[in-house]
Amino acid sequence: MAQVKKVRLPLTNETLKELRAGDNLLLSGVMYVGRDAAHKRLVEAMEQGKPLPIDIKGLTIYFMGPSPARPGRPIGSAGPTTSGRMDAYSPRLIAEGLKGMIGKGLRSKAVKDAMVKYKAVYLGAIGGAGALISKSIKKAEVVAYEELGAEALRRLEVEDFPVTVINDIYGGDLYEEGKAQYRVKE
Amino acid sequence: MREIKADDITKTIANLFKHSCHYLPQDVLTALKQAREKEKSEVARDVLDKILENCEIAAKEQIPLCQDTGAAVVMLELGQEVHIVGNDLYAAVNEGVRQGYANGYLRKSIVRQPFSERINTRDNTPAMIYTDIVPGNKLKITVMPKGGGSENMSRLTVVAPAQGRQGIIDFVVNRVDEAGSNPCPPVIVGIGIGGTTEKTMMLAKKALLRKVGEPNRDAEIAELEKDILKRVNNLGIGAMGYGGTITALAVHIETFPCHIASLPVAVNMQCWCARHEDAIL
Repeated sequence: MAQVKKVRLPLTNETLKELRAGDNLLLSGVMYVGRDAAHKRLVEAMEQGKPLPIDIKGLTIYFMGPSPARPGRPIGSAGPTTSGRMDAYSPRLIAEGLKGMIGKGLRSKAVKDAMVKYKAVYLGAIGGAGALISKSIKKAEVVAYEELGAEALRRLEVEDFPVTVINDIYGGDLYEEGKAQYRVKE
Repeated sequence: MREIKADDITKTIANLFKHSCHYLPQDVLTALKQAREKEKSEVARDVLDKILENCEIAAKEQIPLCQDTGAAVVMLELGQEVHIVGNDLYAAVNEGVRQGYANGYLRKSIVRQPFSERINTRDNTPAMIYTDIVPGNKLKITVMPKGGGSENMSRLTVVAPAQGRQGIIDFVVNRVDEAGSNPCPPVIVGIGIGGTTEKTMMLAKKALLRKVGEPNRDAEIAELEKDILKRVNNLGIGAMGYGGTITALAVHIETFPCHIASLPVAVNMQCWCARHEDAIL
């Protein structure tokens, strides 16, 4: 196993240069959480020239909708949702300065092209491992769109949040490379 | 006639959902451990280690295994000699879902109008309820919190009868390949073959309730399960799609007679987090 790299958030272009598809990372710092509904509102506000509730520049966004927190805990189960549903919105946010996306599952060509062009990465969290991942979330608060419930925009403070680099800024793609390595031709 | 109180149904449903969102069935855990032993990719083995650690944390700290605690699928096998008293059967089921998802700190993921407003019903109802009337005086309740990620990767087709076995294999293997990392592999592939279109979709879903890796009792169908599993694992997708030799823990097929013109085939995809539990009243 390649060594696990500790990475501070927010992600900078300097940090991104060091990351390669397949790297295991432990993220610490601040990230934001949004799913389909929050993405739709952010991109609509951008198109209408309205102010945004958060600054997109340098942002890392986690595609996630948590289960409710038990009393005394910052968050409930908190694993990734399928990223493909955000494909319609991600290129616009990447062009605006988004640096990191965390989720699970396949991305479109438009998203992958935008990551190379504007320097951004796609990081995989383990789908279904919401209990494990929740242990690395130290603080969570809703910052906008509270009425969306599980889909509200949240700010997270994380410590050693485990991810794997799927797409790096050089066009590397773990899904493609991993599959090619173990595929048996029939 | 044996009487069963609607309240008991409600309580049972609530407890089953709460429990099943925190504990995987033993056969699923065993299958995941075996996959960890067999997997050739170090990256995928690391994913499986974290998945197994997740299961321990979920049970110990009462955090749901996965934040997507699903649509509430409920299957009832109602003995024809049972009389339900105190409430409508389906109202009792939905009340159980309401209570289980509220008290269990489970996520409510159901929206009322599916294609426009999409406003959350806030109590995870309505449940998806299916009832079979069977002989006897008991009620068997099976709950299945079904996550959206794997459910979205399910598909139905009707192949030409002339395509037969090969047509089935090609459709299923292609579906798993296209789904890639989306349904949270290693998956369980539930397959329905035969019946009419809605019937075959139900067969695929019920196939997911079988003990993981237990072959179909019919030797010819069991052979097809084995062949499809080999083909699926040769795809190289691996745990979470990071590349590996175990893409599926098992392939389960259920069949039913069908029309002379038809050969319906359904795939219902199940993520590794294969939650389901049952109780008999």
